[in-house]
Amino acid sequence: MIKEFTKGLWKENPIFVQVLGMCPTLAVTTKALFGFSMGMATTFVVVSSSVVISLIRRFVPREVRIPMFTVIIATFVTAADYFLKANLYQISKALGPYVPLIVVNCIILGRAEAFASKNNIARSFLDALGMGVGFTCALIILGSVRELLGSGTVFGYAVMWGGFTKWVIMVLPAGAFLTLGLLVGLFNVINSRMVKKAGCK
Amino acid sequence: MIIEELILILIAAAITNNFILTYFLGICPFIGVSNKMESAVGLGLATTFVMTLAASVTWLVYQYVLVKFNLVFLQYVTFIIVIASLVQFVEMFIRKTSPQLYKALGIFLPLITTNCAILGLTLFMVLRKYSFLESVIFGLGAGIGFTLALVLMAGIREELEFADIPEALKGTGITLILAGMLALAFMGFGGIISG
Repeated sequence: MIKEFTKGLWKENPIFVQVLGMCPTLAVTTKALFGFSMGMATTFVVVSSSVVISLIRRFVPREVRIPMFTVIIATFVTAADYFLKANLYQISKALGPYVPLIVVNCIILGRAEAFASKNNIARSFLDALGMGVGFTCALIILGSVRELLGSGTVFGYAVMWGGFTKWVIMVLPAGAFLTLGLLVGLFNVINSRMVKKAGCK
Repeated sequence: MIIEELILILIAAAITNNFILTYFLGICPFIGVSNKMESAVGLGLATTFVMTLAASVTWLVYQYVLVKFNLVFLQYVTFIIVIASLVQFVEMFIRKTSPQLYKALGIFLPLITTNCAILGLTLFMVLRKYSFLESVIFGLGAGIGFTLALVLMAGIREELEFADIPEALKGTGITLILAGMLALAFMGFGGIISG
């Protein structure tokens, strides 16, 4: 059971391994805080839609399952969007159209189709939670690196020394691609080292 | 002048505010399908077609159904259903009328439903309060920009087959870094349109 949760964190990390859900990943990570908020919103949607889909999996005819999943997901996204607008207006404004775009985040439909529609509620819940947390962690890492180099802060706190020259490119679109590309490479290096070590044993 | 404004929207959507390289919309197909020139052109054309169509249909639905009956909170659910059924419809239509075109574009059409560029397009259209004509042009421009980025990337990746890339960066890593460089190059166009 625990495995269903942990696999999303590392082995099947949605961003570094599966390379899913790229649009919000790249777009909102100019600051660590935005990455965190987007991660939480996505986690909420993936967990609640996975639970609901797992609940109704026996009643849904196979032919119409994709449209049904999409409608369920869109409903939860609407809820998340309205919640952000009502309670965290600044963040909602900064994230802009990328909150509604969670609807087409392939991670969520991917989980629904590959896991929740075939497994019971508890397992689907853990699986979705793991994916959500893995996604959030990746967003925070990416956001922190970009914020650190691009603005000299992390989560809004100044960390760099006084005379630090900001790398403006990091907060621009080009910086997002470059950072993620290098992070994916780093992830692969660490992963292959770990596999080698495990192989030696 | 209205024509001038339309041309501005077209160029902005296609080049200066390229959907892939500045809004990060449609990255999944951008990474997945950009390893072959042929499929890149096919997907680009299919997406341009669906984008233009989706922009016009969702505009009409938004203005004459959602706004009129005060149902704007159903916006996301409605848009995604409209886009999904539109893609399905286009697929059936092309299969019946032109088997050749279907052969060329058919396999890409189902992919388009989950392409966030389409939903993103309709959301931007509502946010910016475009008129009907502006929306159609915006859809067309976004499609052209999408095709442009995809084809450029496919061209580079075909050459890359022969390059010596560090093991860890092969595949996704190098594609993302290349996209970053392309985005840098596209920033050069930024001065064309002010504001």
